[in-house]
Amino acid sequence: MILEPRTNTPLWMTISAPVLAVVVVLILSGGLIAWAGAPLLESYVALVKGAFGSRFAISETLVRATPLILTGLAAAVAFRAKLWNIGGEGQLYMGALAATYFGTGLVSLPMPLMIPFLFLVGAIAGGVLLLVPALLKTRLKVDEVVTTLLLNFIILLLANYLLFGPWKDPMSMGWPQGAPIIDEGVLPNLVAKTRLHGGLIFSLIAAVCVFILMTKTRWGLEIRAVGHNVDAARFAGIPINKTVIRTALISGGLAACAGVTEVAGTKGYLTLDISPGFGYTGIAVAMLAGLNPLGVIVAALFIAGIYNGADSMSRTMDVSNYIADVITAASLLMVMLAVMLTRMRIRWR
Amino acid sequence: MDLLDMFLNVGFWAATVRMATPLIFGTLGELICERAGVLNLGIEGIMTTGAMVAWMWVYQGGDLWTAVLVAAAFGMLFGYLHSMFSVYMGLSQHVTGIGITLLATSLSYFSFRMLLPGVTTPPKIEPFELEPIPFLSDIPVLGEALFTQSPLTYLAFVLVIVVAYVLYKTPVGLAVRMVGENPMAVEVQGIDVYRVRTAAVTVGSGFMAVGGAFLTISVFDAFYFDMINGRGWICVALVIFASWKPGKALLGAVLFAAFDAIQIRVQQSSASFIPYQFYLMMPYLFSILALIIMSRKAAYPKALLVPFRRGQR
Repeated sequence: MILEPRTNTPLWMTISAPVLAVVVVLILSGGLIAWAGAPLLESYVALVKGAFGSRFAISETLVRATPLILTGLAAAVAFRAKLWNIGGEGQLYMGALAATYFGTGLVSLPMPLMIPFLFLVGAIAGGVLLLVPALLKTRLKVDEVVTTLLLNFIILLLANYLLFGPWKDPMSMGWPQGAPIIDEGVLPNLVAKTRLHGGLIFSLIAAVCVFILMTKTRWGLEIRAVGHNVDAARFAGIPINKTVIRTALISGGLAACAGVTEVAGTKGYLTLDISPGFGYTGIAVAMLAGLNPLGVIVAALFIAGIYNGADSMSRTMDVSNYIADVITAASLLMVMLAVMLTRMRIRWR
Repeated sequence: MDLLDMFLNVGFWAATVRMATPLIFGTLGELICERAGVLNLGIEGIMTTGAMVAWMWVYQGGDLWTAVLVAAAFGMLFGYLHSMFSVYMGLSQHVTGIGITLLATSLSYFSFRMLLPGVTTPPKIEPFELEPIPFLSDIPVLGEALFTQSPLTYLAFVLVIVVAYVLYKTPVGLAVRMVGENPMAVEVQGIDVYRVRTAAVTVGSGFMAVGGAFLTISVFDAFYFDMINGRGWICVALVIFASWKPGKALLGAVLFAAFDAIQIRVQQSSASFIPYQFYLMMPYLFSILALIIMSRKAAYPKALLVPFRRGQR
């Protein structure tokens, strides 16, 4: 068996590949639903209804998609430069910690300033966190995959310490949660009687900005060049280390903003379960989107829908909601394969 | 707290060896994969699968040793899947590995929930008992600590020797090391690079799964979610720390476990005024530190992370 590059990839192939991959995954995960003894078609109908079937369901899916867009963008930017940032989860909590530190009374600004301020300090905190592995990579050649992964555990323990210790809200009846974000810093509600908040607007704007950054600016070109071929990029005079560090700051900052939307929007205060693995799921989102920043929006909506749909399906059909994680992971692998097959053809011999 | 007391304490050394065991399995497994040129980040998920499958096998009435084999078989299955993507298709080893970890973990959790619906406290099983080795376990302190262990711990030590022997003294080991250094040269010799890499990743993943199984059917008697808790990632760091050598991997795992054992004892001693979360950070900080120290002179297998495509240069 050998793989050889295709001379051209028709547009229909590029578009249908991820869709087809997801369809295959949904057929395969049908096996798990059958194992659970639930009727296949009805279960998928329940899943779709739970994701997009009502005004409430749609609003909840959008709430869940908000941080996923940001962690997805974080992975998409970093992976473009072949900077393997698997630390989205840690950066998210870093952003949440920064928002809690500055947003619970330490600083008080009028609302139009307070909200951008929280995103700014969050992004800086997350960027600095990823700066450590990035510097270790560029200066000492320490593999960033392992360091970013390990930092996730360290930051989570730090949050654990703060919420059980000095930052514990005395009004929280013993639960490990932070003090509430002051009113000026809370992301405004978008639609009455839903949890939909301004974080969605922020993440959509972020996606567009990242799209412009990656496709229309010099920085974006440099990031893509470094990822595409380091030697060629160096030959072309692109400062490799500077680009990697710039990428790290952008990527870490984006993931951290997801922490800010959860603390200042969805929850209103910091808890230890603000993220059910949004940092890791962001990797799947980015791959599903083919690392395209606008595609990230679509992919995040899809994954968020799967999670919310699986939650509601598990209530009615008795299928464990871990099926959402299975579908996400399988989609990640399958889409990667499908995208590759649009560029290469397999020849058996 | 008296450090000398601790180092003369059998319990301390026994705990060190015990805690090193899953790391030895995991590090050896990762080492085999990386020696063949494939970074296997599926390790965290594969260890989770091993832990779940072995426990479930025993819980359903199976035998402990068969449980080890079943765990290894499931690990190998995920390893084989990994190599389909990373070796045959030449896809990014980083992303494939994360994908395998997510898939193996979620499938394990899903299966656990399906097989045991509605349990709140994890049920328990009868785990491996300690098997003191006659005479050797009578040697004071070190003998007692080393030779009064679970049979799986002895297996881990034996495997270090076996892996070292196979890697350095047999044609198979030569082939594995060569596909990690210069796959083109191996191909010229008429050896199938794909097949050697696939075999290495599959076998290595089997090792990882047994490391996970050790936790549920030897140290503990139950399966908890998140119980692997980064041990897989620590193994990836330990492989670099060990410069891809089995003997050093053993040393690294024991050293690491010793730090962990010290950390736990200091944490429990009344003199400690540092919050326990900072002690729990230690293993991860140590791993990063080990990477920083070793990465300067790390002699990576030259073809690590480089997909091999037949007919291309």
